Amino acid sequence: MLELKDLHGGYGKITILNGVNFVIPKASITTVIGPNGAGKSTVFKAIFGLLNIHSGQVLLDGQDVTRASPAQMIGHGVTYVPQGRNVIPQLSVWHNLELGGITSPDQARVRARMEEVMDQFPMLRQRRNQKAIELSGGQQKQLEIARALLLDPRLILIDEPSIGLSPNLVQEVFATLIRLRDQGVTVLMVEQNAKAALAMSDYGLVLELGQTRMHDRAETLLADPRVGHLFLGGHIEEG
Amino acid sequence: MRRPGKPVLLGLGLVALALAPVGQTDYILYILSSWLVFAIAAVGLNLTLGYAGQISLAQASFMGIGAYTVALLTLAGVPWLVAMPAGVLLCFLVGLALGFPALRVQGHFLAFVTLAFNTLFFLVARNEDWLTGGPYGLSGMPRPDFWLFNTDPNLPFYYFTLIVFVISSALMWGIVRSPWGRAFKALRENPIRAESLGLDTRRITLLAFAIGSAYAGLAGAMFSPLVQYIEPGSFSFVQSLRVLLMVVVGGSGFFFGPVLGAAVVILLPEFLRFTEGYYLMIYATMVILLMVFCPSGLIGLGQRLRDRFRPGRELRGDMKQGAQL
Repeated sequence: MLELKDLHGGYGKITILNGVNFVIPKASITTVIGPNGAGKSTVFKAIFGLLNIHSGQVLLDGQDVTRASPAQMIGHGVTYVPQGRNVIPQLSVWHNLELGGITSPDQARVRARMEEVMDQFPMLRQRRNQKAIELSGGQQKQLEIARALLLDPRLILIDEPSIGLSPNLVQEVFATLIRLRDQGVTVLMVEQNAKAALAMSDYGLVLELGQTRMHDRAETLLADPRVGHLFLGGHIEEG
Repeated sequence: MRRPGKPVLLGLGLVALALAPVGQTDYILYILSSWLVFAIAAVGLNLTLGYAGQISLAQASFMGIGAYTVALLTLAGVPWLVAMPAGVLLCFLVGLALGFPALRVQGHFLAFVTLAFNTLFFLVARNEDWLTGGPYGLSGMPRPDFWLFNTDPNLPFYYFTLIVFVISSALMWGIVRSPWGRAFKALRENPIRAESLGLDTRRITLLAFAIGSAYAGLAGAMFSPLVQYIEPGSFSFVQSLRVLLMVVVGGSGFFFGPVLGAAVVILLPEFLRFTEGYYLMIYATMVILLMVFCPSGLIGLGQRLRDRFRPGRELRGDMKQGAQL
């Protein structure tokens, strides 16, 4: 579904990614883990066209989308939910949702999708006229995910969805992602809460110093002592 | 829940504007018209500054482009209704041309480019006598005549200005309340968030700047028949700072902020004239105090007072982070 081939990139001339390689299958959840500064969020920005790719390739269902702009990536069916709170606090739930389809030329379709998405997230329908700031942290994250779904994405890139949420709200968000996977959407997620994220994922990917160190089934990574070692400040030995 | 207070206040405001000139002298009518004209320019700058987060220091020069275009065309016999769109369109195009290279660079580069542009405009207007009349300017521009509605006397001209102000404000209301207007908010608060929605932040900012410039052009198109005499000094950098002051004093990013700000900058000095030689000192002190104690402007001050006396729903502790976004 999504394939990264020897991706090098970074901010301007500063290189953060030093050769990222992975393939993720369709309708799966893959969690990217790694210590701080490993380049996890940077990979997402590189895929989504938000920073310079120096070399390498990004392939989406075999199609080369390297260096596509964010608007083009959305056209290819990719959406990105950045880290932190991304709702516009003073706008209503409905107007926040509407922003997800702002680049679409087919606004009638966007309206119809807004209704469909509200069916998927009944909480949003109940609160459609409320300001986003009045939602709880978990509800705000659900609103962001709902907004990302507005244009029928094939792939969602979601960066640290659990940040700032209480454990039960994290479970709510994870349950939403599992539901999306079951509906055929591919989810690529960065998560600091590695244990909980891998437990609900199909695949896991370990990044360190801008390189892919491990890529395997999530349960295999969960059982691998090297992963725990990495998070305690160690490194994964080559080979 | 929608509060009924806002439409009522808006209606009362419009009635007050309609009744304001009744029984007033020509000088007061001129001051009131002048306020509405500058309010149009400030409403435009508010889109650039308050919604798109870019500082433009050339609003007066765009007013100048609009004013000189309308002056030259109407003096040549072209009706105002044809001259005005030409001036507005020219400002929009110049805004695009000026903003395109400036907005390729992040930060306050647009502020420096527009500062230079305003200076350049002033020099061209002062030195190109063949076109602009040089330091002597242009005079004798006719006021629009719409057959049954001749705006030559000051009272009809005030109502004409009021109509243009209401229409342009309604258009701006439509812009800022449209999905694209809401995107301006997304852009101002967090560019990465805006880009994650597929918005081309540079293009939207450029569009906001060009529309803001076109509003200044419209204000210029009104200024020309209002004063019936224009010269380069009316569009100098200091005048751009005055328009900026209107936006900041009223409340940048609030829809009615610039209108209130324009009232402070244009009307307050007139109210303070009874203090004779002290009026500018008092006016300057009031503005400084306002900016020190309420940087969000008069509308922000009003909201703070309203929250103090009529607290709204208290936000939960876990939403504080969201509140700061």
